[in-house]
Amino acid sequence: MSQRIDIQKTYKLFIGGKFPRTESGRYIKWTDKNETTVVNICRGSRKDFRNAMVSARSASGGWSSRTAYNRAQILYRVGEMLEGRREQFMAELTLQGLTNKQAKNEINQSIDRFIYYAGWADKFQQVFSRVNPVSLPYFNFTLPEATGVVAAIAPDDTSLLGLVSIIAPVIAGGNSIVILASESLPLSSISFAEVLHTSDVPGGVINILTGYRSELIEHFSSHMDVNAIIYCGHNTDDQKLVEINAALNVKHVIQFPIQDWSNDKHQSPYHILKCQETKTTWHPIGF
Amino acid sequence: MTKKQIWDYSPAPESTDHIQLKDQYDLFINGKFIPAVDGKYFDTINPSNEKKIAEVAESGKADIEKAVASARKAYEKTWSKMHPKERGKYIFRIARLLQERAREFSVIETMDGGKPIRESRDVDVPLAAAHFFYHAGWADKLEYAFPGRVAEPLGVVGQIIPWNFPLLMAAWKLAPALATGNTIVLKPAETTPLTAMKLAEIIQEADLPPGVVNIVNGAGETGKFLVNHGDINKIAFTGSTDVGKYIMKSVAGSGKKYTLELGGKAANIIFEDAPIDQAVEGIINAIFFNQGHVCCAGSRLYVQEGVAGEVITKLQKRMESLIVGDPLDKNTDIGAINSKMQLDKIKTYVKLGKEEGGTIYQTACSLPKKGYWFVPTIFTDVSQSNRIIQEEIFGPVLAIQTFRTVDEVITKANNSPYGLSGGVWTDKGSKIFKVTQDIRAGVIWANTFNKFDPSSPFGGYKESGVGSEGGIEGLSGYVNLV
Repeated sequence: MSQRIDIQKTYKLFIGGKFPRTESGRYIKWTDKNETTVVNICRGSRKDFRNAMVSARSASGGWSSRTAYNRAQILYRVGEMLEGRREQFMAELTLQGLTNKQAKNEINQSIDRFIYYAGWADKFQQVFSRVNPVSLPYFNFTLPEATGVVAAIAPDDTSLLGLVSIIAPVIAGGNSIVILASESLPLSSISFAEVLHTSDVPGGVINILTGYRSELIEHFSSHMDVNAIIYCGHNTDDQKLVEINAALNVKHVIQFPIQDWSNDKHQSPYHILKCQETKTTWHPIGF
Repeated sequence: MTKKQIWDYSPAPESTDHIQLKDQYDLFINGKFIPAVDGKYFDTINPSNEKKIAEVAESGKADIEKAVASARKAYEKTWSKMHPKERGKYIFRIARLLQERAREFSVIETMDGGKPIRESRDVDVPLAAAHFFYHAGWADKLEYAFPGRVAEPLGVVGQIIPWNFPLLMAAWKLAPALATGNTIVLKPAETTPLTAMKLAEIIQEADLPPGVVNIVNGAGETGKFLVNHGDINKIAFTGSTDVGKYIMKSVAGSGKKYTLELGGKAANIIFEDAPIDQAVEGIINAIFFNQGHVCCAGSRLYVQEGVAGEVITKLQKRMESLIVGDPLDKNTDIGAINSKMQLDKIKTYVKLGKEEGGTIYQTACSLPKKGYWFVPTIFTDVSQSNRIIQEEIFGPVLAIQTFRTVDEVITKANNSPYGLSGGVWTDKGSKIFKVTQDIRAGVIWANTFNKFDPSSPFGGYKESGVGSEGGIEGLSGYVNLV
């Protein structure tokens, strides 16, 4: 009897709700510690990033104008889908070096983080908006409003939890995002894209690229249609580069030099606010 | 059409005999007035008659060193240690002293900056006092502003303010920074240093601990020393987008925080169902308030086609009744342009507008011989790509376009690198909410324009800035949330 041959997965990018290969045709060979598994990861290019930006911008208006309740349900749905795919993530996380226990924890926390922000999606506006008691006969109110398109460099030291911890608050707040997955642990990011693909997140709201930080950080931070740039890491040269490039079109800069994303203090409605603008509206009161 | 004014007004100048001005102002560092290290002074003039009012010490690098050191010492030794309740009382004192001397401040503001006395008296000075009063009360209540977090001060804050609302901008910057427990080095604009120096007198009278507020004067070079100083924790800046970008680059990698309130090119949108007469008043206020030296000025007017003819005719008629002249006259609507440099910039843009094919209309008013003046100006026959539509002029120059549909005007309004403010005029409530929601800007006035209040956040989207001033959002720019 002949042995069955496994079907191996092709890891592609996630842009505009589709899974294209990198336009550049380049790849990065990824192997596990024992070099028994070899995967070709797409080496995303500047052009891939720009394509992703076009998708993110065109998805942004529709996503931000959905009701908060609807956005909350879609985030919750992501949690549901993640829960159902535990086995796949267990396999990938352990392949990427975690023990079974560590992998289980990372999956649990990733799911819980999505559920946490799903709960905030229809509340943060209420908590952080106000009616201002102006000294004039006017009705005046202030609300947080999505900044638009966020470009993010995900934490490098976690494959799933870091990615999820950045994406969830950004999209809970009505933004769209283009995120560069962990360079050293890229596998779960593309499997997470499969989760997104089956969870009613509109195409283009979340775009995930793989590739080299050193190559893409310049383009992520200098693109003129990005409203906010998130950098997760400790490299001071990178941090400075991001801040200098942000000046080109006055991007918001969010630095997350966080070591341990598993700590619950790194989930907060204040993370949602980092990618929000503040809008104040005035109207006269009278006849 | 007759261009003669309907009424003749007798002169009604505000008297200047009650104000106290010295011939020379020094720097305010560590609670004392001291000359600059290298002994330099520069003149500050009255832009309505080009006469010198006083000379002001120009800060060099050594003076900035002193000011920052004094602010650091005050932060470590007194201000961050003081009970917030007591901190608040000092700020209340400043508010009260400013109210008591409001008349004097209004006159000096008008002399130094050229704005009509009516505006400095009714807007700048009372609002400045209100800012101190509002923020004073926050000092011991910050735990209610930031649920689930503890608000800690940042340390020493460098603040750089513009010349269009000199005292008011000082208040916008100082009040929240003080309430949250920071100490400050403030640099007023070089053309309008006087009310800040008068405010320093009030701060001295209020007995604020030495070094909590330090005021240095000078132009861009002085500002650079402050921005690049190694012992500053945050820069708060109001001014041009170009300088804002320079600041972002300068502080990159330093860990300094920043809030930036930058330029604007607000769309003011008039729908067919708007109350037209009110809207015309609103257009006038939006663009000619403070000679158009307003970052949130409604400098792009969009009128729906059905009413465009009527609106423009009425606007031109109303413009003819604007009184341009002596800023100290209580009847004056439009005062002097703040400086020769700004006047030249406005003239350049108006020339450009004509070259780009715009049709210009200017009122028939006569302008004083001395001083810097510009007549109220509107352009029609302009398009989105024209520079006078895309770039901030910062003067009494309005560019008018028409539109047909709501979607069209939202697209046009948002077709700008700026996103500071916007205006919407319509009688239909649902349309107000739709349009105010879709305009990408931080402050939207519906059926009004250019209203401000200390409790109301003010700040821009896109290249109009980072962060807000006023309200709880304004406080958040001066704290670390832990």
